[in-house]
Amino acid sequence: MNFKTLAKTVAMGGAVCAALATAAAAEVKVGMITTLSGGGAGLGIDVRDGFLLALEQSGRDDIEVVIEDDQRKPDVAVQLADKLVQSEKVDVLTGIIWSNLAMAVVPSVTAQGKFYLSPNAGPSQLAGRGCHPNYFNVAWQNDAYHEAAGAYAAADGSKKAFVLAPNYPAGQDAITGFKRGFGGEIAAEVYTKLGQTDYAAEIAQIRASDADILYYFLPGGMGISFMKQYSGSGAEVPVIGPAFSFDQGILGAIGDAALGVKNTAHWSKDLDVPGNAEFVASFSEKYGRLPSIYAAQGFDTALLLVSATAAADVTDADAFRAALKAADFQSVRGAFKFADNHHPIQTIYMREVIKEGDVVTNRLVGPAAEDYADPYGVDCKM
Amino acid sequence: MSLILIAEQVLNGLQFGIMLFLMAAGLTLIFGVMGLINLAHGSLYMVGAFCAAAVAAATGSFALGLVAALAGAAAAGALIELVVIRRLYDRDHLDQVLATFALILIFSEGTRWVFGSFPLYLDVPPALAGPVALPFGIQYPLYRLALIVIGLVVAAGLFWLIARTRIGVQIRAGENDREMIAALGVDIDRLYTFVFALGAALAGLAGALVGAIQSVQVGMGEPVLILAFVTIVIGGIGSIKGALIGALLVGLTETLGSVFLPELFKLFMAPAAATQTGASLSSMAIYILMAMVLIWRPTGLFGARA
Amino acid sequence: MSREAVFNLVVLAGLVALPLYAHLSDAPFTITLATRAVILSLAAVGLNIALGIGGLVSLGHAVFFGVGGYAMGILAFHAQTYAPLMEWPFVVEGTKSMPVIWLVAVVFSALVALGIGLLSLRTSGVYFIMITLAFGQMFYYFAISWSAYGGEDGMSIYVRNGFPGLNTLVPVQFYGLCLVLLCAALAFNAVLLRSPFGLALNAARQVPDRVRAVGLDPFRLRLLAFVISGAITGLAGALFADLNRFVSPTMFSWQLSGEFIVFIIIGGTARLFGPVAGAVLFVALEHFLGGVSDYWHIWFGLLLLGVVLFGRGGLIGVIAGRGRGHD
Repeated sequence: MNFKTLAKTVAMGGAVCAALATAAAAEVKVGMITTLSGGGAGLGIDVRDGFLLALEQSGRDDIEVVIEDDQRKPDVAVQLADKLVQSEKVDVLTGIIWSNLAMAVVPSVTAQGKFYLSPNAGPSQLAGRGCHPNYFNVAWQNDAYHEAAGAYAAADGSKKAFVLAPNYPAGQDAITGFKRGFGGEIAAEVYTKLGQTDYAAEIAQIRASDADILYYFLPGGMGISFMKQYSGSGAEVPVIGPAFSFDQGILGAIGDAALGVKNTAHWSKDLDVPGNAEFVASFSEKYGRLPSIYAAQGFDTALLLVSATAAADVTDADAFRAALKAADFQSVRGAFKFADNHHPIQTIYMREVIKEGDVVTNRLVGPAAEDYADPYGVDCKM
Repeated sequence: MSLILIAEQVLNGLQFGIMLFLMAAGLTLIFGVMGLINLAHGSLYMVGAFCAAAVAAATGSFALGLVAALAGAAAAGALIELVVIRRLYDRDHLDQVLATFALILIFSEGTRWVFGSFPLYLDVPPALAGPVALPFGIQYPLYRLALIVIGLVVAAGLFWLIARTRIGVQIRAGENDREMIAALGVDIDRLYTFVFALGAALAGLAGALVGAIQSVQVGMGEPVLILAFVTIVIGGIGSIKGALIGALLVGLTETLGSVFLPELFKLFMAPAAATQTGASLSSMAIYILMAMVLIWRPTGLFGARA
Repeated sequence: MSREAVFNLVVLAGLVALPLYAHLSDAPFTITLATRAVILSLAAVGLNIALGIGGLVSLGHAVFFGVGGYAMGILAFHAQTYAPLMEWPFVVEGTKSMPVIWLVAVVFSALVALGIGLLSLRTSGVYFIMITLAFGQMFYYFAISWSAYGGEDGMSIYVRNGFPGLNTLVPVQFYGLCLVLLCAALAFNAVLLRSPFGLALNAARQVPDRVRAVGLDPFRLRLLAFVISGAITGLAGALFADLNRFVSPTMFSWQLSGEFIVFIIIGGTARLFGPVAGAVLFVALEHFLGGVSDYWHIWFGLLLLGVVLFGRGGLIGVIAGRGRGHD
């Protein structure tokens, strides 16, 4: 049976079930573990706010959410997962931002029969050999942005790339992903210290190289520091990056230095798909700031959950899993479906940093990789 | 690798070292005069950066931002000295470590409470933006050059303050014999508050200056704090001269290590493995440097007997 | 019986009774929390030997915690993937057996403590604090870039390691195991305090010259204390890894070293049960304050400040009055 017929069957079955289930809808309890304090709190807050907004708009009062702060510490996250599973007895978990925290939490909660919906992290292990029927990634596999950026750069005529990332697994994956998509020559591959704040040495190397494109993956504060220093250095190699370094939450801190930079994302606030403009407007109105990709991911995660709980009872694990897999919701990113390893098949777009009035933000350029599916799915046996 | 690149990297190392000196000078002064370990020094750096970003955003003037950073950090320093630090001078190091550790928690979360969880915007002033051409064809960011100059001026001013002024005499006397200067009628409480606020202002200045080319965010102080500690331990705790030498050593080791270690490993390893190993080793380089210095001279390069 | 002894007994009774109650009333998460408290207590008991008796303020004890954790992680990782740890000069297989893992954790953290101690005990005072901090950072950055064992992501161990005769997956059984080890460490600590070595170490802290005058070498005394201290903290690290079924470089972070010191101080310095009281209080506060406010670090910081400034002697000092604690 191919995917579409399966999806249709499930959706139809789901609709019947939903009619039955609404009468005796069991309460669904969701545990959200995310980063709400400390340095990386901005991302967690966006995911949470997006998630809660979608839930509120759905008008469902039978979904209860318990929110916990992991402080970006893996051991705290594991402990909170134990708490949510053992003492709160939640049905579904979600919320984790960082890959290393996801690796610490996801295998154990899915092994305990709970569902996990990832609103952000997508480590390759969980997409490949470590995939699990109860694990669904609603955001992207970690490689997606990097590979799409590589493909875009190659198609755009770049021949020689300078690549830069922190020396840790996600950084190494980023460079591997970019190289896979790019396929061209690599001028230099530089690994920096995690949390590094001064990039003068690396920028000098970039200027001394003969690269015609610079790709860097430096999430959070690292990217802010890099971009500010890079734009003041007189270096002229054009920059391309993943959205993590150019998203709404940090563009304000980079300012004009980021203007013109191309970056890949699965979503953009000016993406013309049903529901997106409403999402951007309602988020801005409710929270007083523009939504980021993280907010969009949180929003989509809640939409998926709402759609699945409407179609199946969460206590019936097989039916609920099928309802999740069907992904019967209108994502703010447009077309969305799950591959067999429960990771998205979606278009990755290229965006460009621009200024709208006083606000530095992103504008959509066009697709960088259409119907992207990650390469790890072949290793996934389930 | 060209000579120009090497020269540029040396300049980068110097610039990093000079900024580190601003942090380390306050830390080492406070230890030298009051015998206090201040883990919260990084928080004052953060306070400086946030004050600068907030004022620069409100007024549009980077210079006013710097003034605000100096004033804000000095005020925060004086405040915690009066309320908390003052009670710690006659305690052992353990209590000092713990109390200032508590201050870090309060400052970090307090800043997040006031300014929110997202990084703030602070940019290089337009007059100092862009690169400048130096002799031998070196293109160097003007702002970084300005940082080196400002840092050197502040360092010179600090040496002058300590060597030539009345307050400098008191500070030096305080380092040698605390009871004695109290007996000589110096208002020791005021001296301590002044020294602490001075150290805080230097940290705040560093935070604002560096904040313009880095990210102004909660938690930005801790990595710098640890580097500043490494610096003063290498230089010898309590010695301003040691702090300067130590800062330059750390700055150069950190910058040159991250560039040249991977190159070095490429001579006898596969390129991918070499970049990995080189990057790993360079992230540990300054700690290895510190351990070696301490094994050779247990009280640092210019330290008095501990 | 002194008030401190009564307090100790109450703490011990609480540690036995609470999880049993939680087990009977089916609140497994309370047991998980209690296990965390007991393991962190054990780590702090280890530190207390160096800090409380020897006066060595180590701001790098997370190194040993991390080494213990990684000993567990690496052995269990190889057992779970059926790949031998090394094949030359002889084959070493991974293992899922707790006693073997504990032994490896203790031996390796003791060796690391010996290395660090030999170098850093040449210094004293602030320099010692700083050099231990530097070693901590060195290990931290090494672990982050050690991609063979997960780098910054760390390693997940899917099933908790086993102990002969017990089902460690049952929270209360694993808790019991940890509690027994904590009690053993406390008993060892109590014996150590009264032993000639403990007395000499105490003297080496207060009057090193006199110790030297009677022919003992303060450096060796401190080194031995540091090694013992590191080994116990390493054992706690292995247990902590098993509690979370996960290890990562954050086990080496300097903030964790700071927290160990916090346990000792809020409990009461150089009190036998100080680290235990402190760790239990810390875990409880983390749990309850974390639920009250996103900004709970502020309140925790203020509380800590209050303890340092006004509540000298920590929790035990407040409850039991000034007892045998030093200064």
